[in-house]
Amino acid sequence: MPQIFHRSMNVVSRVSILGAVFLLAGIAWAWGRWVRSDYMTGVGNVRVQPIEFSHRHHVSGLGIDCRYCHTAVEEGPFAGLPPTRTCMNCHSQIFAYSPMLARVRDSYRTGEPIRWQRVHNLADFAYFDHSIHVAKGIGCSTCHGRVDHMPLTWQTATLHMEWCLECHRQPERFVRPRDEIYNMAWRSPPDQIEQGLELLKRYHVPRGGKLTDCSTCHR
Amino acid sequence: MDPASPTAAGASPVIEPGHSFGTVTDKISAIVQGQPTSRRWYLGFFATFFFVMVLFYTIANLLMVGVGIWGINIPVAWGFDIVNFVWWIGIGHAGTLISAILLLLRQSWRTSINRFAEAMTLFAVACAGLYPLFHMGRPWFFYWLVPYPNTMDLFPQYRSPLVWDVFAVSTYLLVSLMFWFIGLIPDLATLRDRSQSRVGRVVYGFFAMGWRGSARHWHRYETAYLLMAGLATPLVVSVHTVVSFDFAVATLPGWHATIFPPYFVAGALFSGFAMVLTLAIPIRAMYGLQDMITTRHLQNMAKILLATGLIVAYGYLMEFFMAWYSGNRLEQYTTFNRLHGPYRVLYWALIVCNVVIPQVLWFKRARSSVPLLFVVAMVVNVGMWLERFIIVVVSLHRDFLPSSWGMYYPTIFDWSMFLGTIGLFLCLLLLFVRFLPMISIFEMRTMLPEAHVQANEHSAPTP
Repeated sequence: MPQIFHRSMNVVSRVSILGAVFLLAGIAWAWGRWVRSDYMTGVGNVRVQPIEFSHRHHVSGLGIDCRYCHTAVEEGPFAGLPPTRTCMNCHSQIFAYSPMLARVRDSYRTGEPIRWQRVHNLADFAYFDHSIHVAKGIGCSTCHGRVDHMPLTWQTATLHMEWCLECHRQPERFVRPRDEIYNMAWRSPPDQIEQGLELLKRYHVPRGGKLTDCSTCHR
Repeated sequence: MDPASPTAAGASPVIEPGHSFGTVTDKISAIVQGQPTSRRWYLGFFATFFFVMVLFYTIANLLMVGVGIWGINIPVAWGFDIVNFVWWIGIGHAGTLISAILLLLRQSWRTSINRFAEAMTLFAVACAGLYPLFHMGRPWFFYWLVPYPNTMDLFPQYRSPLVWDVFAVSTYLLVSLMFWFIGLIPDLATLRDRSQSRVGRVVYGFFAMGWRGSARHWHRYETAYLLMAGLATPLVVSVHTVVSFDFAVATLPGWHATIFPPYFVAGALFSGFAMVLTLAIPIRAMYGLQDMITTRHLQNMAKILLATGLIVAYGYLMEFFMAWYSGNRLEQYTTFNRLHGPYRVLYWALIVCNVVIPQVLWFKRARSSVPLLFVVAMVVNVGMWLERFIIVVVSLHRDFLPSSWGMYYPTIFDWSMFLGTIGLFLCLLLLFVRFLPMISIFEMRTMLPEAHVQANEHSAPTP
């Protein structure tokens, strides 16, 4: 009886059986890398804005506090974007004729708001409130990175749930004193864990899994 | 495999006299290779294929519209989907019992029926798997049930029996598949060698994995098969135990009972053997296999049916006893509601189907009558389906709070999904019968007197 398969099929079959394991593992690994890649999360991706606004200039250069523009951060879920009037407080005097700011002046004149593009777009099924985070000692830079060093604004955190849980499971690693919230240059001290635990107690941050309840964020 | 004497301990033999190695091989492989495909096969195939299309239509509709097309709602959030899931999984149990436990117990009569019972198991588990998958509502996220490092940093809730279910059922499917495939290898080689066409030689040859029937092959085969049987044996008990936990772990009256695991396992074997009989009787008639699937097989299966049916009846009895003995009013109401509630007709039908009618199997004359066995098997199939309906729906529809009581009525899509999976099951079975040897050729050969001439039980027959 003639051979049905060539001799090489022996090798091919062994390699393919063994290779399937590596292939599947490789696909799983690549998938894991892919969903966490900057391309998928938008980390480091500079969003094109109607006006090239520089946080570096306004925060580092001029020393304007975050809350001057993001006024609702201490009271509301959304930190808030400034109305054109806030820009014009200064820019009616400074760079009042700069062509770069023509759209700001247009907006001021017509009353039509500037269409800023959202940089941090959290999924709609996640409930998020800025005020509680700020009140309990989570600083701006913990999530938003060194915005004071950004000429144009980008996202530094993945906004994946695993990223949220990193802090919700161990808030003591990230919590800081309330008077350091808006300090962009704040760094965690060497004894962060002890200090963090102390701060959690002082700020009445609930422990024992309450921060990781499903309904804390998915309401 | 100890080839017990074919005529031992029974009036009718496991294989009718007059067969030799050659005739057994010819007869079984001719169904796949020699005979032209019969018109009846085509008729059956297209009839069942129609229902596969019905299934696809239902699923497509379900994906577009959502699970609202089914009759499920609060309070009965588990309707036909879970009823049918448990029913199909239960049917699957006979295959593993026949192939693994009866193998280890050296019940060599199993040889004639193990192959297609295993195939039946696989197809039943495939049908069963569809239900929880599509009951999820968003089945494209099915992989959330599997623990893998995800960006949510979440693992499934291990305290939930539904997660245990995922592991139990997928393990069962994998082990059954491997067991079935390993058992097929020598027969695939036979088909490869007998195949007239190039396609047949390549396809059967590919899956025969280079089987040449050497002594070393046989030695390794026997070891692997025995090991797989050992692996599969706990699964006979574990899978339906875990399925019963889906109910028993919940605190709902009618579900929260410690008797559930053994009661479910017995019920699974009961329904499984009923389904094997339901399929074996027409198949042996259609392909003239009465000399290989003999009345001895049917009688043995009838005895198992009777035994497991009695365990199930004991389970029903214990539910009554516990309702009384617990002194729990809610439990008592659930029992009352089964007997007198809006679904009482189904409960009484269940008792008739599962407890009353199978008692005819006490009589040898009943066990010897093939048409009667077929009828009893069909009745048990219906009865076991009703049992799952009673457990799922009747317990859910009236629980603790009378203000949230409700009724469950299946919709047209509940029925079309159910009929669709029956169609899928039978369609796959017809394809199996057409393309693979439905009876294990090489194991049948060991049953022949010819195999005993060498008087050496370790030697295997030459293919």
